[in-house]
Amino acid sequence: MAIVDRVGGSVLSSLEFVGALATFGGRAIVSAFRPPYEVGEIVRHLYQFGLRSMPLILTSGFAIGVVLSMHTRATLARFGAEAMIPAGLAVALVRETGPLTAGLLVSGRVGAGIGAEIGAMRVTEQIDALEANAVDAFKFLAVTRVIACMIAMPLLTVMMDFAGIVGGFTAETAVSGMSWQLYFERSFLYLEFSDLIPATLKTVVFGFLIASVASYLGFTTSRGTEGVGEASTRSVVMASILIILSDVILVKIIFFFYPQVPA
Amino acid sequence: MSKSFGGLKVLDDITFEISKAKAFVLLGRSGTGKSVTLKHIIGLVRPDKGHVFVDGREITQLDARALSDVRKHMGFLFQSAALFDSMTVGDNVAFPLRRHTDLPDKEIRERAKQKLADVGLEREFDKMPAELSGGMKKRAALARAMALDPAILLVDEPSAGLDPITASEIDELLVQRKHSGATIVVVTHNIPSARAIGDELAVLHEGHIIAQGTAGDLDRSDDPLVKTFMRSEAGG
Repeated sequence: MAIVDRVGGSVLSSLEFVGALATFGGRAIVSAFRPPYEVGEIVRHLYQFGLRSMPLILTSGFAIGVVLSMHTRATLARFGAEAMIPAGLAVALVRETGPLTAGLLVSGRVGAGIGAEIGAMRVTEQIDALEANAVDAFKFLAVTRVIACMIAMPLLTVMMDFAGIVGGFTAETAVSGMSWQLYFERSFLYLEFSDLIPATLKTVVFGFLIASVASYLGFTTSRGTEGVGEASTRSVVMASILIILSDVILVKIIFFFYPQVPA
Repeated sequence: MSKSFGGLKVLDDITFEISKAKAFVLLGRSGTGKSVTLKHIIGLVRPDKGHVFVDGREITQLDARALSDVRKHMGFLFQSAALFDSMTVGDNVAFPLRRHTDLPDKEIRERAKQKLADVGLEREFDKMPAELSGGMKKRAALARAMALDPAILLVDEPSAGLDPITASEIDELLVQRKHSGATIVVVTHNIPSARAIGDELAVLHEGHIIAQGTAGDLDRSDDPLVKTFMRSEAGG
Protein backbone atom coordinates (compact mmCIF):
# COMPACT_ATOMS: atom_id res chain seq x y z
CA MET A 1 0.00 0.00 0.00
CA ALA A 2 2.90 2.29 0.80
CA ILE A 3 4.17 2.01 -2.78
CA VAL A 4 0.71 2.73 -4.17
CA ASP A 5 0.44 5.76 -1.89
CA ARG A 6 3.85 7.02 -2.98
CA VAL A 7 3.17 6.52 -6.70
CA GLY A 8 -0.27 8.09 -6.31
CA GLY A 9 1.26 11.03 -4.45
CA SER A 10 3.87 11.54 -7.17
CA VAL A 11 1.26 11.40 -9.92
CA LEU A 12 -0.94 13.90 -8.08
CA SER A 13 1.93 16.30 -7.43
CA SER A 14 3.01 16.02 -11.09
CA LEU A 15 -0.53 16.81 -12.23
CA GLU A 16 -0.66 19.69 -9.76
CA PHE A 17 2.63 21.03 -11.17
CA VAL A 18 1.41 20.75 -14.77
CA GLY A 19 -1.88 22.45 -13.85
CA ALA A 20 -0.15 25.30 -12.03
CA LEU A 21 2.32 25.69 -14.89
CA ALA A 22 -0.47 25.74 -17.50
CA THR A 23 -2.32 28.40 -15.49
CA PHE A 24 0.88 30.43 -15.15
CA GLY A 25 1.66 30.19 -18.88
CA GLY A 26 -1.93 30.96 -19.88
CA ARG A 27 -1.95 33.99 -17.60
CA ALA A 28 1.32 35.15 -19.19
CA ILE A 29 -0.18 34.98 -22.69
CA VAL A 30 -3.35 36.83 -21.64
CA SER A 31 -1.33 39.50 -19.79
CA ALA A 32 0.89 40.04 -22.85
CA PHE A 33 -2.05 41.65 -24.66
CA ARG A 34 -2.86 44.09 -21.84
CA PRO A 35 -1.04 47.38 -21.22
CA PRO A 36 1.52 48.32 -20.02
CA TYR A 37 3.51 46.39 -22.64
CA GLU A 38 6.93 46.79 -20.98
CA VAL A 39 8.66 47.11 -24.37
CA GLY A 40 11.94 48.25 -22.78
CA GLU A 41 12.15 45.10 -20.65
CA ILE A 42 11.29 42.86 -23.63
CA VAL A 43 14.10 44.46 -25.67
CA ARG A 44 16.53 44.05 -22.74
CA HIS A 45 15.66 40.35 -22.47
CA LEU A 46 15.88 39.91 -26.24
CA TYR A 47 19.45 41.15 -26.00
CA GLN A 48 20.15 38.81 -23.06
CA PHE A 49 18.47 35.73 -24.52
CA GLY A 50 19.03 36.32 -28.23
CA LEU A 51 22.20 38.23 -28.90
CA ARG A 52 24.12 36.76 -25.97
CA SER A 53 23.12 33.20 -26.94
CA MET A 54 24.49 33.66 -30.46
CA PRO A 55 28.07 32.45 -29.79
CA LEU A 56 26.72 29.24 -28.21
CA ILE A 57 24.21 28.68 -31.01
CA LEU A 58 26.62 29.44 -33.87
CA THR A 59 29.45 27.32 -32.43
CA SER A 60 27.16 24.39 -31.65
CA GLY A 61 25.42 24.68 -35.02
CA PHE A 62 28.73 24.64 -36.86
CA ALA A 63 29.96 21.59 -34.91
CA ILE A 64 26.67 19.74 -35.46
CA GLY A 65 26.92 20.52 -39.19
CA VAL A 66 30.44 19.05 -39.33
CA VAL A 67 29.42 15.90 -37.45
CA LEU A 68 26.20 15.42 -39.44
CA SER A 69 28.17 15.84 -42.68
CA MET A 70 30.65 13.16 -41.65
CA HIS A 71 27.85 10.74 -40.70
CA THR A 72 25.81 11.51 -43.83
CA ARG A 73 28.90 10.98 -46.05
CA ALA A 74 29.66 7.63 -44.40
CA THR A 75 26.06 6.47 -45.05
CA LEU A 76 25.46 7.87 -48.53
CA ALA A 77 28.92 6.84 -49.85
CA ARG A 78 27.80 3.20 -49.50
CA PHE A 79 25.13 3.85 -52.13
CA GLY A 80 27.31 6.12 -54.29
CA ALA A 81 25.04 9.07 -53.45
CA GLU A 82 27.64 11.57 -52.18
CA ALA A 83 25.99 14.27 -54.30
CA MET A 84 22.99 14.09 -51.96
CA ILE A 85 25.04 14.97 -48.86
CA PRO A 86 24.24 18.73 -48.85
CA ALA A 87 20.51 18.16 -49.41
CA GLY A 88 20.28 15.37 -46.81
CA LEU A 89 22.11 17.42 -44.25
CA ALA A 90 20.10 20.58 -44.91
CA VAL A 91 16.75 18.77 -44.62
CA ALA A 92 17.80 16.98 -41.41
CA LEU A 93 19.07 20.23 -39.90
CA VAL A 94 16.20 22.49 -40.85
CA ARG A 95 13.41 20.04 -40.06
CA GLU A 96 14.51 18.66 -36.74
CA THR A 97 18.11 18.83 -35.59
CA GLY A 98 18.37 22.63 -35.69
CA PRO A 99 15.10 23.48 -33.89
CA LEU A 100 15.42 20.75 -31.25
CA THR A 101 19.09 21.39 -30.50
CA ALA A 102 18.54 25.15 -30.37
CA GLY A 103 15.63 24.57 -27.97
CA LEU A 104 17.69 22.36 -25.66
CA LEU A 105 20.68 24.72 -25.73
CA VAL A 106 18.53 27.76 -24.95
CA SER A 107 16.75 25.86 -22.16
CA GLY A 108 20.19 25.25 -20.63
CA ARG A 109 21.54 28.77 -21.00
CA VAL A 110 18.42 30.94 -20.70
CA GLY A 111 16.15 28.67 -18.63
CA ALA A 112 18.74 28.25 -15.88
CA GLY A 113 19.36 32.00 -15.88
CA ILE A 114 15.68 32.91 -15.62
CA GLY A 115 15.04 30.37 -12.85
CA ALA A 116 18.04 31.57 -10.83
CA GLU A 117 17.44 35.30 -11.37
CA ILE A 118 13.73 35.32 -10.52
CA GLY A 119 14.33 32.82 -7.69
CA ALA A 120 16.99 35.09 -6.19
CA MET A 121 14.63 38.06 -6.53
CA ARG A 122 11.94 36.10 -4.68
CA VAL A 123 14.13 35.15 -1.71
CA THR A 124 15.67 38.65 -1.40
CA GLU A 125 12.22 40.33 -1.44
CA GLN A 126 12.95 42.12 -4.73
CA ILE A 127 9.67 40.80 -6.16
CA ASP A 128 7.83 42.28 -3.15
CA ALA A 129 9.80 45.50 -3.73
CA LEU A 130 8.50 45.66 -7.30
CA GLU A 131 4.93 45.19 -6.06
CA ALA A 132 5.48 47.81 -3.32
CA ASN A 133 6.61 50.18 -6.09
CA ALA A 134 3.23 49.68 -7.78
CA VAL A 135 4.68 47.48 -10.52
CA ASP A 136 3.00 44.25 -11.66
CA ALA A 137 5.90 41.89 -10.89
CA PHE A 138 4.35 39.02 -12.86
CA LYS A 139 4.17 41.14 -15.98
CA PHE A 140 7.50 42.87 -15.44
CA LEU A 141 9.45 39.68 -14.76
CA ALA A 142 7.60 36.73 -16.29
CA VAL A 143 5.55 38.04 -19.22
CA THR A 144 8.45 40.07 -20.66
CA ARG A 145 10.74 37.03 -20.49
CA VAL A 146 8.15 34.74 -22.07
CA ILE A 147 7.62 37.14 -24.99
CA ALA A 148 11.36 37.74 -25.48
CA CYS A 149 12.06 34.00 -25.45
CA MET A 150 9.24 33.35 -27.95
CA ILE A 151 10.72 35.96 -30.31
CA ALA A 152 14.35 34.90 -29.81
CA MET A 153 13.87 31.16 -30.35
CA PRO A 154 12.98 31.13 -34.08
CA LEU A 155 15.71 33.68 -34.83
CA LEU A 156 18.29 31.57 -33.00
CA THR A 157 17.02 28.47 -34.81
CA VAL A 158 17.56 30.08 -38.22
CA MET A 159 21.09 30.97 -37.10
CA MET A 160 21.71 27.43 -35.95
CA ASP A 161 20.45 26.06 -39.30
CA PHE A 162 22.75 28.44 -41.16
CA ALA A 163 25.77 27.62 -38.95
CA GLY A 164 25.04 23.91 -39.45
CA ILE A 165 25.00 24.26 -43.23
CA VAL A 166 28.29 26.20 -43.08
CA GLY A 167 29.72 23.45 -40.83
CA GLY A 168 28.52 20.80 -43.27
CA PHE A 169 30.11 22.67 -46.16
CA THR A 170 33.42 22.98 -44.26
CA ALA A 171 33.54 19.24 -43.64
CA GLU A 172 32.49 18.41 -47.19
CA THR A 173 34.87 20.76 -48.93
CA ALA A 174 37.73 19.42 -46.81
CA VAL A 175 37.02 15.91 -48.14
CA SER A 176 35.78 16.47 -51.69
CA GLY A 177 36.80 20.08 -52.44
CA MET A 178 33.20 20.96 -53.33
CA SER A 179 32.67 24.67 -54.04
CA TRP A 180 30.40 26.84 -51.85
CA GLN A 181 28.08 27.65 -54.78
CA LEU A 182 27.55 23.98 -55.62
CA TYR A 183 27.10 22.99 -51.98
CA PHE A 184 24.61 25.79 -51.39
CA GLU A 185 22.69 24.93 -54.58
CA ARG A 186 22.49 21.24 -53.63
CA SER A 187 21.55 22.07 -50.04
CA PHE A 188 18.42 23.87 -51.17
CA LEU A 189 17.57 21.46 -53.97
CA TYR A 190 15.08 19.46 -51.91
CA LEU A 191 14.42 22.05 -49.24
CA GLU A 192 11.00 23.68 -49.35
CA PHE A 193 9.31 26.41 -47.36
CA SER A 194 7.12 23.71 -45.83
CA ASP A 195 10.31 22.24 -44.33
CA LEU A 196 11.64 25.54 -43.02
CA ILE A 197 8.65 27.57 -41.84
CA PRO A 198 6.69 25.13 -39.61
CA ALA A 199 9.86 23.63 -38.13
CA THR A 200 11.22 27.08 -37.29
CA LEU A 201 7.91 28.41 -35.99
CA LYS A 202 7.47 25.44 -33.66
CA THR A 203 10.38 26.86 -31.66
CA VAL A 204 8.05 29.70 -30.61
CA VAL A 205 6.38 27.01 -28.48
CA PHE A 206 9.80 25.93 -27.16
CA GLY A 207 10.52 29.55 -26.21
CA PHE A 208 7.17 29.77 -24.42
CA LEU A 209 7.87 26.55 -22.51
CA ILE A 210 11.41 27.53 -21.51
CA ALA A 211 10.50 30.96 -20.16
CA SER A 212 7.19 29.88 -18.59
CA VAL A 213 8.70 26.92 -16.72
CA ALA A 214 11.73 28.89 -15.53
CA SER A 215 9.67 31.93 -14.50
CA TYR A 216 7.14 29.75 -12.68
CA LEU A 217 9.86 27.91 -10.77
CA GLY A 218 11.59 31.21 -10.01
CA PHE A 219 8.37 32.78 -8.70
CA THR A 220 7.63 29.78 -6.48
CA THR A 221 11.15 29.57 -5.04
CA SER A 222 11.52 29.22 -1.29
CA ARG A 223 14.23 28.03 1.13
CA GLY A 224 16.88 30.65 0.36
CA THR A 225 19.92 30.01 -1.82
CA GLU A 226 19.27 26.26 -1.85
CA GLY A 227 15.86 26.97 -3.36
CA VAL A 228 17.44 29.26 -5.97
CA GLY A 229 19.84 26.51 -7.06
CA GLU A 230 16.98 24.04 -7.22
CA ALA A 231 14.84 26.45 -9.27
CA SER A 232 17.70 26.86 -11.73
CA THR A 233 18.35 23.12 -12.11
CA ARG A 234 14.67 22.19 -12.28
CA SER A 235 14.09 24.89 -14.90
CA VAL A 236 16.57 23.20 -17.25
CA VAL A 237 15.34 19.67 -16.55
CA MET A 238 11.62 20.47 -16.82
CA ALA A 239 12.01 22.72 -19.86
CA SER A 240 14.13 20.09 -21.67
CA ILE A 241 11.59 17.33 -20.97
CA LEU A 242 8.69 19.53 -22.08
CA ILE A 243 10.53 20.58 -25.26
CA ILE A 244 11.13 16.96 -26.25
CA LEU A 245 7.58 15.88 -25.41
CA SER A 246 6.01 18.88 -27.15
CA ASP A 247 8.20 18.22 -30.18
CA VAL A 248 6.49 14.86 -30.68
CA ILE A 249 3.09 16.57 -30.74
CA LEU A 250 4.26 19.50 -32.87
CA VAL A 251 5.84 17.23 -35.50
CA LYS A 252 2.57 15.28 -35.67
CA ILE A 253 0.65 18.55 -36.16
CA ILE A 254 3.11 19.70 -38.87
CA PHE A 255 2.73 16.37 -40.68
CA PHE A 256 -1.04 16.79 -40.51
CA PHE A 257 -0.94 20.21 -42.18
CA TYR A 258 1.99 19.43 -44.50
CA PRO A 259 1.71 15.72 -45.42
CA GLN A 260 5.11 14.25 -46.33
CA VAL A 261 4.89 13.09 -49.95
CA PRO A 262 7.92 11.14 -51.23
CA ALA A 263 9.73 13.07 -53.98
CA MET B 1 -6.79 41.67 11.67
CA SER B 2 -5.41 38.16 12.17
CA LYS B 3 -2.78 36.25 10.23
CA SER B 4 -1.33 32.75 10.49
CA PHE B 5 1.50 31.09 8.58
CA GLY B 6 1.44 27.29 8.42
CA GLY B 7 -0.68 26.97 11.54
CA LEU B 8 1.37 29.51 13.50
CA LYS B 9 -0.74 32.49 14.53
CA VAL B 10 1.44 35.55 14.00
CA LEU B 11 -1.19 38.28 14.43
CA ASP B 12 -4.18 37.60 16.64
CA ASP B 13 -6.98 40.10 16.17
CA ILE B 14 -4.88 43.26 16.37
CA THR B 15 -6.43 46.68 15.81
CA PHE B 16 -4.78 50.06 15.55
CA GLU B 17 -5.29 53.38 13.82
CA ILE B 18 -2.63 55.75 12.53
CA SER B 19 -3.31 59.48 12.26
CA LYS B 20 -2.39 61.42 9.14
CA ALA B 21 0.99 63.20 9.19
CA LYS B 22 1.98 61.40 12.37
CA ALA B 23 4.64 58.79 13.04
CA PHE B 24 3.53 55.44 14.41
CA VAL B 25 6.25 53.16 15.76
CA LEU B 26 5.76 49.43 16.13
CA LEU B 27 8.02 47.83 18.72
CA GLY B 28 8.45 44.21 19.70
CA ARG B 29 10.82 41.30 19.96
CA SER B 30 12.13 39.62 16.82
CA GLY B 31 9.62 37.34 15.10
CA THR B 32 6.52 38.89 16.67
CA GLY B 33 4.99 39.92 13.33
CA LYS B 34 6.04 43.58 13.08
CA SER B 35 7.22 43.28 9.46
CA VAL B 36 4.14 41.20 8.60
CA THR B 37 1.96 43.98 10.01
CA LEU B 38 3.79 46.54 7.86
CA LYS B 39 3.32 44.35 4.76
CA HIS B 40 -0.42 44.19 5.47
CA ILE B 41 -0.61 47.99 5.24
CA ILE B 42 0.76 47.97 1.67
CA GLY B 43 -1.15 44.86 0.64
CA LEU B 44 1.83 42.54 0.19
CA VAL B 45 0.26 40.20 2.75
CA ARG B 46 -3.48 39.74 3.10
CA PRO B 47 -5.04 39.07 6.49
CA ASP B 48 -6.82 35.76 7.12
CA LYS B 49 -9.45 37.77 8.94
CA GLY B 50 -10.05 41.48 9.27
CA HIS B 51 -9.65 44.67 7.27
CA VAL B 52 -6.94 47.15 6.35
CA PHE B 53 -8.05 50.70 5.54
CA VAL B 54 -5.71 53.18 3.86
CA ASP B 55 -7.18 56.66 3.38
CA GLY B 56 -10.61 55.13 3.89
CA ARG B 57 -10.15 52.44 1.21
CA GLU B 58 -10.31 48.79 2.24
CA ILE B 59 -7.20 47.59 0.44
CA THR B 60 -7.79 43.86 0.88
CA GLN B 61 -10.83 44.20 -1.39
CA LEU B 62 -9.11 46.16 -4.17
CA ASP B 63 -8.24 44.65 -7.54
CA ALA B 64 -4.63 44.74 -8.75
CA ARG B 65 -4.96 48.05 -10.60
CA ALA B 66 -6.68 49.88 -7.72
CA LEU B 67 -4.13 48.48 -5.26
CA SER B 68 -1.35 49.68 -7.54
CA ASP B 69 -2.87 53.19 -7.48
CA VAL B 70 -2.88 53.15 -3.67
CA ARG B 71 0.75 51.95 -3.61
CA LYS B 72 1.87 54.88 -5.79
CA HIS B 73 1.27 57.06 -2.73
CA MET B 74 3.28 54.78 -0.45
CA GLY B 75 6.98 54.16 0.04
CA PHE B 76 8.28 50.97 1.62
CA LEU B 77 11.70 50.32 3.11
CA PHE B 78 12.26 46.56 3.40
CA GLN B 79 14.18 45.09 6.32
CA SER B 80 16.52 43.44 3.79
CA ALA B 81 16.71 46.66 1.71
CA ALA B 82 15.60 44.63 -1.37
CA LEU B 83 17.47 46.79 -3.86
CA PHE B 84 17.18 45.54 -7.45
CA ASP B 85 20.61 43.98 -7.89
CA SER B 86 20.55 44.18 -11.70
CA MET B 87 20.41 48.00 -11.53
CA THR B 88 22.82 50.64 -10.26
CA VAL B 89 22.02 52.40 -7.00
CA GLY B 90 21.00 55.48 -9.00
CA ASP B 91 18.67 53.47 -11.22
CA ASN B 92 17.13 51.86 -8.14
CA VAL B 93 16.23 55.29 -6.77
CA ALA B 94 15.14 56.52 -10.20
CA PHE B 95 12.97 53.41 -10.74
CA PRO B 96 9.73 54.71 -9.14
CA LEU B 97 10.21 58.08 -10.88
CA ARG B 98 10.64 56.40 -14.28
CA ARG B 99 7.60 54.18 -13.69
CA HIS B 100 5.19 56.71 -12.32
CA THR B 101 6.12 60.17 -13.62
CA ASP B 102 6.53 61.74 -17.06
CA LEU B 103 9.60 63.69 -16.03
CA PRO B 104 12.48 63.93 -18.52
CA ASP B 105 15.33 61.53 -17.79
CA LYS B 106 17.71 64.37 -16.88
CA GLU B 107 15.37 65.59 -14.16
CA ILE B 108 14.78 62.04 -12.92
CA ARG B 109 18.54 61.60 -12.52
CA GLU B 110 18.80 64.93 -10.68
CA ARG B 111 15.99 63.96 -8.31
CA ALA B 112 17.51 60.51 -7.71
CA LYS B 113 20.87 62.16 -6.95
CA GLN B 114 19.17 64.52 -4.50
CA LYS B 115 17.40 61.63 -2.75
CA LEU B 116 20.71 59.79 -2.47
CA ALA B 117 22.35 62.96 -1.14
CA ASP B 118 19.62 63.13 1.53
CA VAL B 119 20.85 59.78 2.88
CA GLY B 120 24.54 60.62 2.36
CA LEU B 121 25.08 58.42 -0.69
CA GLU B 122 25.44 60.94 -3.53
CA ARG B 123 28.80 59.42 -4.55
CA GLU B 124 27.36 55.91 -4.87
CA PHE B 125 24.99 56.79 -7.73
CA ASP B 126 26.74 54.62 -10.33
CA LYS B 127 27.66 51.75 -8.03
CA MET B 128 25.91 48.38 -8.03
CA PRO B 129 24.10 47.34 -4.84
CA ALA B 130 26.60 44.48 -4.35
CA GLU B 131 29.34 47.11 -3.89
CA LEU B 132 27.58 48.70 -0.89
CA SER B 133 27.77 47.77 2.79
CA GLY B 134 24.61 46.61 4.58
CA GLY B 135 24.00 50.04 6.10
CA MET B 136 24.55 51.79 2.76
CA LYS B 137 22.08 49.43 1.08
CA LYS B 138 19.54 50.31 3.74
CA ARG B 139 20.04 54.04 3.13
CA ALA B 140 19.84 53.60 -0.66
CA ALA B 141 16.61 51.64 -0.22
CA LEU B 142 15.25 54.46 1.98
CA ALA B 143 16.12 56.93 -0.79
CA ARG B 144 14.16 54.73 -3.22
CA ALA B 145 11.21 54.54 -0.81
CA MET B 146 11.17 58.36 -0.61
CA ALA B 147 11.75 58.96 -4.35
CA LEU B 148 8.14 59.93 -5.07
CA ASP B 149 7.76 61.87 -1.77
CA PRO B 150 5.01 59.45 -0.76
CA ALA B 151 2.17 60.47 1.53
CA ILE B 152 2.69 57.27 3.53
CA LEU B 153 6.14 55.94 4.33
CA LEU B 154 6.47 52.42 5.75
CA VAL B 155 9.91 51.78 7.19
CA ASP B 156 11.19 48.43 8.46
CA GLU B 157 14.22 48.71 10.75
CA PRO B 158 15.64 51.95 9.33
CA SER B 159 18.59 52.10 11.70
CA ALA B 160 19.60 48.42 11.71
CA GLY B 161 23.26 48.11 10.72
CA LEU B 162 23.90 51.86 10.90
CA ASP B 163 26.38 53.67 13.14
CA PRO B 164 24.73 55.92 15.80
CA ILE B 165 25.48 59.16 13.92
CA THR B 166 24.04 57.92 10.61
CA ALA B 167 21.10 56.37 12.48
CA SER B 168 20.26 59.72 14.06
CA GLU B 169 20.58 61.43 10.64
CA ILE B 170 18.06 58.93 9.25
CA ASP B 171 15.78 59.61 12.22
CA GLU B 172 16.05 63.33 11.47
CA LEU B 173 15.18 62.68 7.81
CA LEU B 174 12.07 60.72 8.82
CA VAL B 175 11.02 63.49 11.20
CA GLN B 176 11.43 66.01 8.35
CA ARG B 177 9.21 63.85 6.13
CA LYS B 178 6.62 63.77 8.89
CA HIS B 179 6.75 67.55 9.26
CA SER B 180 6.25 67.92 5.53
CA GLY B 181 2.94 66.06 5.88
CA ALA B 182 3.81 62.40 5.38
CA THR B 183 2.44 59.64 7.58
CA ILE B 184 5.25 57.42 8.83
CA VAL B 185 5.01 53.87 10.13
CA VAL B 186 8.26 52.55 11.56
CA VAL B 187 9.18 49.08 12.78
CA THR B 188 12.22 49.19 15.03
CA HIS B 189 14.00 47.75 18.05
CA ASN B 190 15.84 51.01 18.55
CA ILE B 191 14.19 52.84 21.45
CA PRO B 192 16.08 56.14 21.02
CA SER B 193 14.95 56.16 17.36
CA ALA B 194 11.39 55.32 18.39
CA ARG B 195 11.41 58.22 20.87
CA ALA B 196 12.89 60.60 18.29
CA ILE B 197 10.48 59.75 15.49
CA GLY B 198 7.28 58.43 17.04
CA ASP B 199 4.18 60.35 18.00
CA GLU B 200 2.61 57.07 19.01
CA LEU B 201 4.26 53.77 19.90
CA ALA B 202 2.81 50.27 20.08
CA VAL B 203 4.37 47.10 21.46
CA LEU B 204 3.52 43.86 19.67
CA HIS B 205 3.93 40.61 21.62
CA GLU B 206 2.72 37.09 20.81
CA GLY B 207 0.30 38.37 18.19
CA HIS B 208 -1.25 41.07 20.36
CA ILE B 209 -0.65 44.77 20.89
CA ILE B 210 0.09 44.83 24.61
CA ALA B 211 0.69 48.57 24.95
CA GLN B 212 0.00 51.65 22.87
CA GLY B 213 0.46 55.37 23.44
CA THR B 214 3.06 58.09 23.50
CA ALA B 215 6.61 57.32 24.66
CA GLY B 216 5.64 58.86 28.01
CA ASP B 217 2.59 56.56 28.30
CA LEU B 218 4.76 53.51 27.62
CA ASP B 219 7.40 54.70 30.11
CA ARG B 220 4.69 54.63 32.76
CA SER B 221 3.44 51.15 31.78
CA ASP B 222 3.33 48.43 34.44
CA ASP B 223 3.89 45.64 31.92
CA PRO B 224 7.34 44.12 32.57
CA LEU B 225 8.03 43.55 28.84
CA VAL B 226 7.11 47.13 27.94
CA LYS B 227 9.25 48.41 30.83
CA THR B 228 12.20 46.33 29.64
CA PHE B 229 11.78 47.61 26.11
CA MET B 230 11.52 51.25 27.05
CA ARG B 231 14.57 51.01 29.29
CA SER B 232 16.77 49.41 26.60
CA GLU B 233 18.14 52.77 25.51
CA ALA B 234 21.05 51.21 23.65
CA GLY B 235 18.60 50.00 21.04
CA GLY B 236 19.77 47.96 18.12
